[in-house]
Amino acid sequence: MIVEFRCISKAFGAVKANDSVSLSVPEASIQAIVGENGAGKSTLMKILSGYLCPDSGQILLDGKAVRINSPACALRLGIGMLHQDPLDFSPLTVLDNFILGSPSRFVPNRRKALEDLAGLAGRLGFSLSPDARIDALTVGERQQLEILRLLWLGAKVLILDEPTTGISLPQKEKLFVALKTLAAEGMSIFFVSHKLEDVESLCGKAAVLRQGILAGTMEQPFDSKELVRMMFGKDLGPATRSCRENGKPQPCFNLEVKNASMDGTRFRMKGIGLQVQAGEVIGLAGMEGSGQELFLGACGGLVPTSGGAICLGNAGKAMTGRTYHDFQGSGVGYLPAARLEKGLVPGLNLAEHYVLANRMPGFFIDRDKALDLADSRIAAFNIKGGPESPAESLSGGNQQRLLLSLLPDNLSLILIEHPTRGLDVESTIYVWAKLKERCAQGASIIFISSDLDEILQYSDRVMVFFAGNVTPPLDAESLNVQRLGELIGGKGWEALQGKKEAHQENKELEHA
Amino acid sequence: MNSSPILAGLAGVLSSAAPILFAVIGETISELGGVLNLSMNGMILLSAMGGFAASLATGSILLGFLAGAAIGALVSLIVAFSSITLKQSQVAVGFVLALLCRDLSYFLGSQIMGQTAPRLNLLPIPFLCNLPIIGPLLFNHDIMTYASFILVIVSWFHIERTTPGLMLKGIGENPRAAYVRGANVNRLRYIYTVVGGAIAGLAGPLYSLSVKAGWKGTISGLDGIGWIVLSITIFGGWTPFRAALGAYLFAFLQWLGLILQPVMPNVPSQVLQVAPFPLMILTLLLVNISNAEWMERSLSRLPVPVRRDILKVLHSLNAKPPASLGVPFDDES
Repeated sequence: MIVEFRCISKAFGAVKANDSVSLSVPEASIQAIVGENGAGKSTLMKILSGYLCPDSGQILLDGKAVRINSPACALRLGIGMLHQDPLDFSPLTVLDNFILGSPSRFVPNRRKALEDLAGLAGRLGFSLSPDARIDALTVGERQQLEILRLLWLGAKVLILDEPTTGISLPQKEKLFVALKTLAAEGMSIFFVSHKLEDVESLCGKAAVLRQGILAGTMEQPFDSKELVRMMFGKDLGPATRSCRENGKPQPCFNLEVKNASMDGTRFRMKGIGLQVQAGEVIGLAGMEGSGQELFLGACGGLVPTSGGAICLGNAGKAMTGRTYHDFQGSGVGYLPAARLEKGLVPGLNLAEHYVLANRMPGFFIDRDKALDLADSRIAAFNIKGGPESPAESLSGGNQQRLLLSLLPDNLSLILIEHPTRGLDVESTIYVWAKLKERCAQGASIIFISSDLDEILQYSDRVMVFFAGNVTPPLDAESLNVQRLGELIGGKGWEALQGKKEAHQENKELEHA
Repeated sequence: MNSSPILAGLAGVLSSAAPILFAVIGETISELGGVLNLSMNGMILLSAMGGFAASLATGSILLGFLAGAAIGALVSLIVAFSSITLKQSQVAVGFVLALLCRDLSYFLGSQIMGQTAPRLNLLPIPFLCNLPIIGPLLFNHDIMTYASFILVIVSWFHIERTTPGLMLKGIGENPRAAYVRGANVNRLRYIYTVVGGAIAGLAGPLYSLSVKAGWKGTISGLDGIGWIVLSITIFGGWTPFRAALGAYLFAFLQWLGLILQPVMPNVPSQVLQVAPFPLMILTLLLVNISNAEWMERSLSRLPVPVRRDILKVLHSLNAKPPASLGVPFDDES
């Protein structure tokens, strides 16, 4: 289907999210929509998918002007949107999710739906078990289900909003193959992303939005530098090298994990050992749900260990079985991936966050002092927002800056889930610069990321997780994207000496 | 037919659980859609009084039950309006309504206290009631007890096997996703809350016209049932069959209290009468205990094989409420 935007404008208050955007996308093509956070990408896509009504302008499908009032209406016209966090129902099964919302009889024809699901999945090379519950699936698998469902309902235009965040490399490859197949069959695909390498490897054309305005378009082959210039209106230097430049880490340990084991819902991890030196950065890689979240949680006292020991500080203070509060008291900070839900308090403003984070002693709140404090922290961390703005009004990048600015000064260990997920290039560079400052002061960092480049660039050592199996800490310099990707996908583990036994033991446990 | 007193007692358990079943299924339907109807306790009392009054005035049992259903629907319409349209706290509104309806029923019912209204008759099913054991147990009841059996099956079928039932789970779980899939979330919530309320409203007349026939004001013995209904809804894990199990368990405990009274004369009768309430709450706690973090922490000290079995049992018992229970939905933004 040919999709044409004509002079689409949409304002939220004084902010022009889209300012007279015009764009035409032909059939059988993959169109990238790129831009930094807040550039208006998602507003434009929400208008196309019926979430928002434009203030002015028109959308034409195959040359005919249409009014799209609701997401359901968009789907009737053949436009389906895949959200960054797939909109599905976690306690229901894959098949129930597939059926839910389809125009079916009073008692749905499950056998027919099952056949259709299997047929579509086979065509795109996806494998989903129809009886699995959604909450046991990875984000990548949930995306696959959503794509199949939208196809089943007759979508001819597919919108994908940041589909590659939070999914593993093999899943990404599968997704890209499927998208290319669909485009070849005549589908128009919108690919919203700020990951330029994904755009370059998948899309035929790119449209760049900046501050609500269409800054330019480009066709294959892409000129990365030019794309970045269009996105930001200026050149950005290459991301700086890792913390390793801080010189040899001092022989002072901030964390020691001895032979620890943890119970996941689907597997049991055991025999994990790790010593982290001051100033060191450890990257945890693996498909989502491979056990890295459990391990990081255990390092912060959020996940109980079922064996082994966790010790903090150079003196080796035993922390096994203690709560997160005890860990906090010993200089551990944890930044969750769900920044707003788990890390901040929606409804409270920035100044109140600083007061809560114990940056102000005393029982009564001194308002003026709190505002001054907030002002100085906001300036120091370059947060786009005032002391009175509520936390939920900040963009993803600014929420991460706020979280960083809330951390106490004297931390020895910082644990982070996906430090730069959903952040644009500028914020990514900024966040890591701040983290490296901490390292220079003697703190250690352990972080989870699904971005392999981020893992390789910033870690000193890397641990790879695969279905509850863990590699010993590997020197980041000995790894490359290819090797790391293989390990994440479960290949090449036999070569890792010493871990072979544990690997097999875990396999047996899984079968038992 | 009345072959043994135990069989007769168990049959009594089934019929005295019937009003609880209506109320629990009604509440389950409402909560599955995402609306917590906390007014249950007052609603049951008011519909018991109203149903009794209607049937007293007209001499018709049918009109008594219709009045009960209408009162249930009306009270839950207030809950629905304040939570769905006005987006107010369901807990606050429901709680106030629970108190208001209770006192209203005592106040309005003071004039008809102690009078005699028609009573629901037994309706033994020919042939089937002569079967050994299951005859007197299952087929010698009044029509509403049969209806309660059917309600469990029908509501299960609707929730688990039909397209609208799937969408009902959807709007309570993730209303945004349901909206994207074409559901008019708020309209569906209205419908299910009111329908659930009407079903639950049948519980009142079922008490005042059958199980505890008559209206005796504050000593009707119905105060508190609604709160137990709310906890059985949780025990039931928002599924009709488990909810039915909970209702029967509660009725069984009450019956046990009655037959134990002559056996244990030293125990004050009040203790045995009240015991089912805390016992039910205790069961509820046990069922959902694996949700608690401290439980997980203390279990982690046990040896692995023991712990694994305990966890398996606990997790299978554990049920999660609809994720958006009590959360208003707004399709803007």
